Amino acid sequence: MPWLKKLVGAIVILGGVGAVAGWVGSAPVRLDRETLAKLGPGDAARGKRIFFAGGCTSCHAKPGSQGDARLQLAGGLELKTPFGTFVPPNISQDAKDGIGAWSVEDLANAMLKGVSPSGRHFYPAFPYASYARMNPVDIGDLYAFLKTLPAVAGKAPANSLGFPFNIRRGIGLWKLLYLSDQPVVPFPAATPDPVMAGRYLVEGPGHCGECHTPRDLAGGTKKNVWLAGAVAAEGSGVVPNITSGEGGIGDWSEADIANYLETGFTPDFDSVGGAMVDVQRNMAELAPQDRAAIAAYLKAIPAHPNGYPARKRAN
Amino acid sequence: MRKLVIAISMLALAASAAFADPILDRQALMKERGKIVGGLSKVVKGEEPFDAAAVLTALQALHANAEKVDVDALFPAGSDTGGDTTASPKIWEDMAGFKATNAKYVADVKAAAAAAPADVDALKAQFGAIGSDCGTCHQTYRVKKG
Repeated sequence: MPWLKKLVGAIVILGGVGAVAGWVGSAPVRLDRETLAKLGPGDAARGKRIFFAGGCTSCHAKPGSQGDARLQLAGGLELKTPFGTFVPPNISQDAKDGIGAWSVEDLANAMLKGVSPSGRHFYPAFPYASYARMNPVDIGDLYAFLKTLPAVAGKAPANSLGFPFNIRRGIGLWKLLYLSDQPVVPFPAATPDPVMAGRYLVEGPGHCGECHTPRDLAGGTKKNVWLAGAVAAEGSGVVPNITSGEGGIGDWSEADIANYLETGFTPDFDSVGGAMVDVQRNMAELAPQDRAAIAAYLKAIPAHPNGYPARKRAN
Repeated sequence: MRKLVIAISMLALAASAAFADPILDRQALMKERGKIVGGLSKVVKGEEPFDAAAVLTALQALHANAEKVDVDALFPAGSDTGGDTTASPKIWEDMAGFKATNAKYVADVKAAAAAAPADVDALKAQFGAIGSDCGTCHQTYRVKKG
């Protein structure tokens, strides 16, 4: 049966082409020379702002750290998600256990491309899908600030993930779908500066969308319901809708939002809770105009109703 | 004998239902707390002038409110679900930690009332500590449920 042989041959060839395409397409891609040239000499004072806007300590400080201990970036927090347990690594200046031996180019490839110095994909629990929108010069400044922080010895435990999420190469395909340096919400040219500055902080370093936006089955954020709130990736709760849609914060003024980020109090004097407590403490470290910019952006984006199902009442 | 035990426990159940719903009670206390904190916040933000007597009255009310929280009575086993509670199961997994967190809040409020701040800067320091306690407790022991 020559036709069967041909069919099998065709399938083998097609399968082979598919495998090769998948392998090539999923390969880690580093930054180009042009982008790396924009990293600049680095300014630690400016980098401090990026450090707190980026919320690095929320995941990378030892769990439960308070005050200055939050600058000891030893890692070790356990993020229990449906994909498995992610453990943020040691990113202190320890040369062996942390990232003390990294170059600024290494940090840029990690944050903007999700690629490690050894050329492996990082899991997007490290929110580089947001950081990819950052300006290279801010990475250079952040690098300079990280250099001022202490070295802490000790490796954090490894991730514990089930199949197929334990195959790192698969992340390359995920990146083809979701990794982009383009902004999420388009604005016309005449948009006021604070809104644009807020867009950068929220969509880029602040990575607000990572928790506040629902995800699709493959774990990418759904841009058509951006910041509409979501079922929490961890635990049993929800992450609130921060658009002006139903269930969101439409009745908060810009001053209310900025005040919440500074003090942790909502307009009706409930307080910040859950994972947002650490985020708010980071936001309190920013300059007032940065918090005002975030507020201006949140009031300017499209409104959506809650991105999570209504609560089932227990009785 | 068995009937008697059942009768007594049913009576006790009816009594507790009649006198108190711990979820509603603790929510009412938290609402009252929020109102007092809201009033103080206006002074801290400079939206209202600092009036030492009024601030002291508010701090004393906040202290009285804090002392009313009897953790055992307001967070009995089984009250992690029901009504629209947003209490986290972690309260019952780590009751000692929850009580310690509550005790720190009570102590800070008590200290603020005892200190009777004389100007807005003194109030700011007290208010900052109290606000931080709110966040610390809600970070671990409350869950947003939508």
